[in-house]
Amino acid sequence: MTTAPPQVGDALPSFSRATGLDNWNRFAAVNDEFVPIHMDDAAGQAAGYPTAFGMGNLQWSYLHNLLRQWVGDAGRIESLACQFRSPNLKDQTVTAKGTVTEVHPRPDGWSVHLEVWTEDQTGARLCPATAVVTLTGAEEEAK
Amino acid sequence: MRAAIGTTVSERTSFPIDPSDIRRWAIAVYWPDPPPSAFVDEEAARASPHRGLVAPEEFNPFAWLAAREGGALDRAGGADVNRLERALGIPGPDLSFQLNGGLEAAYKERMRPGDVITSTTTLADYQERAGRLGPMLFTTTEDHWVNQAAATVKRARMTLIRY
Repeated sequence: MTTAPPQVGDALPSFSRATGLDNWNRFAAVNDEFVPIHMDDAAGQAAGYPTAFGMGNLQWSYLHNLLRQWVGDAGRIESLACQFRSPNLKDQTVTAKGTVTEVHPRPDGWSVHLEVWTEDQTGARLCPATAVVTLTGAEEEAK
Repeated sequence: MRAAIGTTVSERTSFPIDPSDIRRWAIAVYWPDPPPSAFVDEEAARASPHRGLVAPEEFNPFAWLAAREGGALDRAGGADVNRLERALGIPGPDLSFQLNGGLEAAYKERMRPGDVITSTTTLADYQERAGRLGPMLFTTTEDHWVNQAAATVKRARMTLIRY
């Protein structure tokens, strides 16, 4: 381990995507998730929302993308838990963000607890979450 | 309905994971940027700490089709809001809509090309709450995935909101 450990309060580099049918249809194709509320504004409106809206499972993937780009190939996502509080409406820009809440040394690196979330372009949180990851000393040396 | 809590509702086994299943998933979840090489480039992946391609942690090897589906929920098919209860042979809530309310996962072994994953899903809880759109039923299921060596891949919980 040649670098300083992560610190409580550290912010993760964000992961951001402009969202709409281009993203959602691609995800539907790999997850067999061709559900009308994710494809058709009328179905989204019938469900009580202004437009069609994106899959919770894709928000889930964006949170994993955020964590993966931070921990690197040698790190591990140990756990993730999220609540889908607000829909990802069409044409929103969704950004996954996170901050370090706890750091625990391990023989091979650090166990890091995080508050993570997705938010829209106004900063309104869509999907609050918590995560635990392992950062390894080897990975830190490689950065 | 509460009497059904603890019932195993789904037992599925995947087809062997194909490298291009992993590639397509990674392309979709990173689109429009290219996905990390660990998910698409076998040569680069061999040089990584994983020593080969791995699937993103949240990859779903059961999308589209499973090699074996043995639970009541698997046989029920369809996407109606009473599907779970119909599979269990009990009256459903007869609500109009359903949403994914939240997910939890704890990961162990990574999924790799050729792996065959078996999933066992159990009904874990029912909770009724009042929501902005009226009465809501929160249904939690627990999922345990193991690979062909019986090693745990993940334990997960999903909360389905019906209203």
